[in-house]
Amino acid sequence: MPAVQETIEQVRKIDVDQYKYGFESIIEVDKAPKGLSEDIIRFISAKKNEPDWMLEWRLGAYRRWLTLDEPTWARVDYPKIDFQDLYYYAAPKSQSGPKSLDEVDPEILKVYEKLGIPLKEQEILAGVQKAPAGGEEDDSAANDNVYKSGRVAVDAVFDSVSVVTTFKDELAKAGVIFCSISEAIREHPELVQKYLGTVVPTSDNFYATLNSAVFTDGSFVFVPKGVRCPMELSTYFRINEKNTGQFERTLIIAEEGAYVSYLEGCTAPQRDENQLHAAVVELIALDDAEIKYSTVQNWYPGDAQGKGGVYNFVTKRGDCRGDRSKISWTQVETGSAITWKYPSCILRGDDSQGNFYSIAVSNGYQQVDSGTKMIHLGKNTKSRIISKGIAAGFSQNTYRGQVSAHRKATNARNFTNCDSLLIGNNCGAHTVPYIEAKNATAKFEHEATTSKISEDQKFYVMQRGIPEEEAIALIVNGFVKDVIQELPMEFAVEAQKLIGISLEGSVG
Amino acid sequence: MLEIKNLHARIASTGTEIIRGLNLTVEAGEVAAIMGPNGSGKSTLSYVLAGRDDYEVTEGDVLYNGQSILEMDPAERAAAGIFLAFQYPMEIPGVATMEFLKVALNAQRKARGEEPLKIPEFLKHVKEAAGSLEMDVAMLKRPLNVGFSGGEKKRAEILQMKLLQPQFCVLDETDSGLDIDALKIVADGVNALRAPDRAFLVITHYQRLLEHIVPDTVHVLYRGQVIKSGGKELAHELEANGYAGIIEEAA
Repeated sequence: MPAVQETIEQVRKIDVDQYKYGFESIIEVDKAPKGLSEDIIRFISAKKNEPDWMLEWRLGAYRRWLTLDEPTWARVDYPKIDFQDLYYYAAPKSQSGPKSLDEVDPEILKVYEKLGIPLKEQEILAGVQKAPAGGEEDDSAANDNVYKSGRVAVDAVFDSVSVVTTFKDELAKAGVIFCSISEAIREHPELVQKYLGTVVPTSDNFYATLNSAVFTDGSFVFVPKGVRCPMELSTYFRINEKNTGQFERTLIIAEEGAYVSYLEGCTAPQRDENQLHAAVVELIALDDAEIKYSTVQNWYPGDAQGKGGVYNFVTKRGDCRGDRSKISWTQVETGSAITWKYPSCILRGDDSQGNFYSIAVSNGYQQVDSGTKMIHLGKNTKSRIISKGIAAGFSQNTYRGQVSAHRKATNARNFTNCDSLLIGNNCGAHTVPYIEAKNATAKFEHEATTSKISEDQKFYVMQRGIPEEEAIALIVNGFVKDVIQELPMEFAVEAQKLIGISLEGSVG
Repeated sequence: MLEIKNLHARIASTGTEIIRGLNLTVEAGEVAAIMGPNGSGKSTLSYVLAGRDDYEVTEGDVLYNGQSILEMDPAERAAAGIFLAFQYPMEIPGVATMEFLKVALNAQRKARGEEPLKIPEFLKHVKEAAGSLEMDVAMLKRPLNVGFSGGEKKRAEILQMKLLQPQFCVLDETDSGLDIDALKIVADGVNALRAPDRAFLVITHYQRLLEHIVPDTVHVLYRGQVIKSGGKELAHELEANGYAGIIEEAA
């Protein structure tokens, strides 16, 4: 298991403070004035050259938001957020008009380079050719397989705007649209209008409604009927500016029989102030379509005393609108001071299927309240929930999940497995399942365990010559294995490393 | 090879002293058996030798090849060649046995400044070792010790010992939970490892194991001290007469 070794080496490379993406970059930005009002929303909409319907949509959401209260039911504790003390729009100054890599501010490219995210398509290919021993030419036949080719199209979002999207032309040849949501609003308004807000309506919840009013960018993916997206798609989100909220909006549509796998990664600089992130992700799968959505979330978690860190209030929902459609959420959550996030599936189509695979790691003073909802509406719908929570330090880690079968959901099936692992004596793990079946033929299973890495286990592993940090990493990686194997291969190793890093210093 | 000098050790959390002035020397090539009634400190001795931090050494020393090991953590001791076959091997869910063996072996090699073993070479070693213990290689794909029977767990311990090639092996009640066939296989595995530069400390309740792993010396442990030492005939004497006579004699 080389990942374990790499985990250790990675940990060693990092300074006392384990967050390695905490650097700040000085980049000239164009900001809207602080605070939130209809004028600010008009400003954002104008900046993005949006059509009138979009502005009206935003304003409608804003008016709705003014009537809503912040939810308090989650097991998280934080000082009240002053929504007038935030910037709602920040864009790198040099960024205007159509974008190609050459036009991107070199400082921004440097940031992504530091993050290890390749934006240059050639570099990605070069990376692939390095892999086979002997360095033979890339066999084009191998490109049919995404995993073999290792090619990933990237959309990079910096503060409020998407700075670059790679492999666009090649994707276009397959009929796949992959671009920023701003661009989609301008270039493909009919698609956006048809689907935006149909899974997470503007009135959905406090943060989703706020997002609807002020979202600045995000990714848009459209895979037409019968097309299997030829490569992994991925978006990297980076919050750089101080006091800037990041509100991204992602919309993914897979038409009949289409398939797409999408990965999202996130980082932010290390700051004493808290940063707000309130995203909305909507997935729509029509008949026989499949969407896999993976997240590696590594927002700054705050320092060892719990100061700073990102507040992550995210609404993610997939709609299995068509029969036999399938949506899978896989998430590895290691960052954020507060995580409030429940990627869900509405199983509307008959025989549709929803999966949720999650690893939530919390350390220091992090607070995680995360889980999923599986709403069974159609006949013979199936869902599966595998959640692994790992709590260390002084953190609190809650799994909150809802599984429900509505009256017409004949033969609905759910299997839920929630395991929690505690490291040390000062952390907490909680499981809050809500299960509701209104159809007598529904079969729901729920399993939950809470365990501690025991001294016995650690001693046993160390007795075989495996040093302490590596022993913990080995045990934890074993614990999360069921979920790791659901991730695209390239990211599985990255995720294992990240988990190791996040737990550094968790054992004394 | 191993020299235990006036060792005193207690449970760190409660302060209860378990090892009370223990002296014992084990030479290279020797198989030493430790016997004693329940609660005499046999398992504690094995944990203290392996470096478990639930126990505190308050006095005395343990010299391994002339050097004190008390400041070393369990992984360092393992890399130096000390191996403990557990009475109750731990389950490690999600970690395939094969993977665990590789990580352990390479961690030890690294600590000694050696290159990691190449995969084909590693597999060859594993297959040989598993074969000699009549273990199915398919079993090695399962998570370590998870769902293993008592006998399988003990065999897996000996498999690890064979692969890691330690210098000083402590076997803590390896016979417990084994039927006679499994006992024979495990004992053969241990006997095959006997070598002039390797020593064993075999902890057991019963003479039964010593029929198969014939010791050079036998030591009776009582209340944290060695109260009597002798040759293999001492084990027979204990089997016949119990501990009472020896305890009385020592008192």
